Amino acid sequence: MPDRPYALNRLERAGTPVLELTGKLTFAEAAQLWADVSASVVGVRQGERLDFDVSKLEEVDGGSMALLVASRADLHRRGAQSEFIGAGEQVQKIIHLYRGDVRVGPRKQRRPLGLLEEVGDATMALLEEVKQVFGFFGQALFSAFYVLGNPRSANWSEVAPTMEKTGADAVPIVLLINFLIGLVMAFQGAVQLKQFGANIYVADLVGLSITRELGPLMTAIIVSGRSGAAFAAEIGSMKVSEEIDALRTMGFGAMRFLVLPRTLALVLVLPLLTLLGDAVGIVGGLVVGVLNLDLTITGYLQESFKAIELWDIFSGVVKSVLFALVIALVACQQGLATTGGAEGVGRRTTSSVVSILFCLILVDACFTVFFHWVGA
Amino acid sequence: MSPLIKVSGLTLGWDQTVLLQDASFEVQRGSIFVILGGSGCGKSTMLRYLIGLEQPMSGTIVIEGVTGTNLGFGRPEFGVMFQSGALLGSMTVGANLALQLTEWTRLPAEAIDAIVRAKLRLVGLQDAEDKLPSELSGGMKKRAAIARAMVLEPSLIFLDEPSAGLDPVSSFELDELILSLNQGLGLTVVLVSHELQSIFSIADSCIMLDKESKSIIARGDPRELRDASSDPRVSAFFNRRAAPLPAARPSAPEVNP
Repeated sequence: MPDRPYALNRLERAGTPVLELTGKLTFAEAAQLWADVSASVVGVRQGERLDFDVSKLEEVDGGSMALLVASRADLHRRGAQSEFIGAGEQVQKIIHLYRGDVRVGPRKQRRPLGLLEEVGDATMALLEEVKQVFGFFGQALFSAFYVLGNPRSANWSEVAPTMEKTGADAVPIVLLINFLIGLVMAFQGAVQLKQFGANIYVADLVGLSITRELGPLMTAIIVSGRSGAAFAAEIGSMKVSEEIDALRTMGFGAMRFLVLPRTLALVLVLPLLTLLGDAVGIVGGLVVGVLNLDLTITGYLQESFKAIELWDIFSGVVKSVLFALVIALVACQQGLATTGGAEGVGRRTTSSVVSILFCLILVDACFTVFFHWVGA
Repeated sequence: MSPLIKVSGLTLGWDQTVLLQDASFEVQRGSIFVILGGSGCGKSTMLRYLIGLEQPMSGTIVIEGVTGTNLGFGRPEFGVMFQSGALLGSMTVGANLALQLTEWTRLPAEAIDAIVRAKLRLVGLQDAEDKLPSELSGGMKKRAAIARAMVLEPSLIFLDEPSAGLDPVSSFELDELILSLNQGLGLTVVLVSHELQSIFSIADSCIMLDKESKSIIARGDPRELRDASSDPRVSAFFNRRAAPLPAARPSAPEVNP
């Protein structure tokens, strides 16, 4: 083996087989070393012995030692015996560092989880999450009552800036989306209504759907994408960087300091955004009515006012208040449940938006059924 | 004199994992008390339990004769400095300090300003009042966090690895600061650390936690422990030697290389 800086020799010393290592063991030759050592130890059977004689080693580095230690451990597991012998002070230190001088235990087998265990784990995780959610809402309610009794204790200064961020800054996108929704609805409705010469009823169709359903829902969806995600990410980052703990140690509960101000801001702002969305959605319908269906502006508006009752607008506003609660509380809950660094923040932000959308649709469906039931 | 903190029979952990079993110790008023041990032995976790951020599996923690803390509600009874500083990132350093003063005192704005400036001067950060935490260096963040922990004049502060990750000079300055607060104001300081130099220069007493035995393996004056402890794990820690391997001890657990 002239091209290798080391040599392995199988010897017998006082009746004991020995693998003598000489030269320099460096990590650059690690692959070759591994192959050579493996070939030397492969024939050793249970009950036999093969010691590694390292007395003539000039040099050994950590990576090479790790491989030797692994070979020794492999021998031990096969029921053979093996030790490092003749090590000088420096080599002994490296052997010690890589645990080459301790008893070898059986390798822990990592058994893959069975289906039943996976289902069990997932169920327990779900129950834990449910418990967390209930705990959060309990705390939120408790804190809300506490703040009613001690109004000074809440962080009111946060409300106005949050209203600006979640409300005023969202106005352009809310206007644009609701305008387009009104426009699209009118186009789709017009195709059908034209056939019956009932062009004017486009105003009824657009007006009622926007005020009762689409206005509040679309606005809530936009706000959940903007502000819900922002709340979850912001609180999540604060959680992972210990800021929430720091707040608690300074006497500020996360509820009173972070959750309640955000919730209040959103409850105040979302109904206003919804009203704006309603108005601009009707304008979207109007544009199609005037340009495409030969309706006059006054005619369209008159028909709209005739079709839309005050209750239609009001029911949308009531819904939007509930939507605001859903967005703020779910987002904050997810934020506060964040664990495990940047990746955890991402996971919780995603899951906050998904959970909010699901809850919004659920609440909306309940409202629709309820209104239908009471005949409103 | 009765101890300021009395911990008895404390077991820490979660689910099936037990970090520390049946630990008892006392912290004397006006002392600098260090919780030390190797990485992963539960030092910082112990601090979280002392502060009240976690509920122990069993045992009691009594601070000033009161069991448990009122975290999140009411004026805090002690100050805490977290390892990262945990300054609120959206506020200036000054606002971070002023936060508790506005909430828990009835001081007028000018008085709060004056206190904030004085505290920042105390930790050598007089020019950082209007800076955001992101504009500060690691050592400055820690000093600002100490100032924030002291702002309500508590008689007890908890510090989590104050000098970890600092250069020797900043680390020395921080030690000096802790000493001067302790000697000048009679502040009781409980800190987590594994910086030997800092431990020897400031600690009055310490406990050492051990990961394997899940217990307190040493307690007392760290300088005496260094010179006189017969436990190989303790003297290895204090004399910066490699820890004795499991094989060297009678009850050797098995390892998997």
